[in-house]
Amino acid sequence: MTEANAFERLCQTRERHIVTAEFPSFDGGTLEDIRLAAERLAPWVDAINVTDNPAAHAHASNTAMAIALTQLGYNPILQVVCRDKNRLAIQSDIVGVSMFGVQNICALTGDDVTAGDEPEARRVYDLDGPQLVKVATIMGTGMYLSGRSLKAPPHLFVGAVENPTAPPLEYRAERALKKVEAGARFLQLQIHYRPDILEAFMAACVRNGVAERAAILPTVCLTKAARALTFMNDQVPGISVPKPTIDRVANSDDPKEESYQLVRELASHALSLPGVAGLHITDFRHDDSVRRLTEDLAIGPRFKEQHAHSA
Amino acid sequence: MKFLPIIEHAVKKPLWDCKMCGQCVLHSTGMTCPMTCPKTLRNGPCGGVRENGHCEVKPEMRCVWVKAEGRARTWPLLPEAWREEFNHMRPPVNNALKGQSSWLNLLNGTDRGTPPGWTADSR
Repeated sequence: MTEANAFERLCQTRERHIVTAEFPSFDGGTLEDIRLAAERLAPWVDAINVTDNPAAHAHASNTAMAIALTQLGYNPILQVVCRDKNRLAIQSDIVGVSMFGVQNICALTGDDVTAGDEPEARRVYDLDGPQLVKVATIMGTGMYLSGRSLKAPPHLFVGAVENPTAPPLEYRAERALKKVEAGARFLQLQIHYRPDILEAFMAACVRNGVAERAAILPTVCLTKAARALTFMNDQVPGISVPKPTIDRVANSDDPKEESYQLVRELASHALSLPGVAGLHITDFRHDDSVRRLTEDLAIGPRFKEQHAHSA
Repeated sequence: MKFLPIIEHAVKKPLWDCKMCGQCVLHSTGMTCPMTCPKTLRNGPCGGVRENGHCEVKPEMRCVWVKAEGRARTWPLLPEAWREEFNHMRPPVNNALKGQSSWLNLLNGTDRGTPPGWTADSR
């Protein structure tokens, strides 16, 4: 049996706050480009999410990126969405990457094809998010969904996502529980701008045991200007940004700095909540803000002495 | 038996917009058909539900799962056992059953079949 990887171990021990971040999407280039992007991110985070055609736009594949990161010595989390592939293709992807040492799998339903630039595409959704969690978990026991044996059981650490701010709000913690019961051991949350709703969600996850059984990582999104917030509010399914929040950045003398301060406040509030195991960061600033945020909050691999809240 | 799917469709299409998946779970989803979700999700709402409770894919439509969750919780006539089933994990759809009568598949147990791997851990 393979040993637990560093991210998996942290999710189990919660000895300090965990930090994960999203890897940029690639539309061509070389392995060197991947290496440079990973080098920029890796010192500040515990694991790097490789996305699976985010917002229903085609990019370099999740599997190729996960394999590249693993071979370069980094620890990726392979996001898998249900939109583009049926159960056969998803299972072969998971076995394939496992042979290269990829262990962390994050299951998502996935934005609909209508959110992307090829809305004419056929949507698949042969599995749904919770079913995908269970299928990946089954594969970790050494068999395909059909029951056919895998030659060597892959070491898989399975997680999922949840969106605490999408209706029906009071049901979201129960849905998280369903994924935990299917095998999810970490939950990365959708980007949020509603601390009040996150607080209620986390309280429910502490009550129903989700926070104890899975490492919950709320997500913040580093942006540069109010335009990005308006875009997310109008275009990204499941994300709403309150008008006062957009105005705060728009009316500021230094929108770029104000954007950062907003994220810092959201992150620091999230980390203060009982049951929160760490933070997931998406970065659309493409500067040194991931470093700045982890340093300001004193979280991540550079701050090993810090102790996280226990669930 | 040949006419059963036709009769079933004639009854369930006007009432629930039945898609004839052949493995009906209406009773456990607040009498709201999950196959009318554009993503055909069987285990709850996706993360794309709009702030007003409408569908990510069809903005004019109320999310199927927002409806289902509300009904499963509040409909007074729903049997308690059905209400409890709302949070159960429903297995992947058996696409081979599409177009068949779910009534028949319920009676002969076909709709309860799952791939062997799905139930291996509970055996």
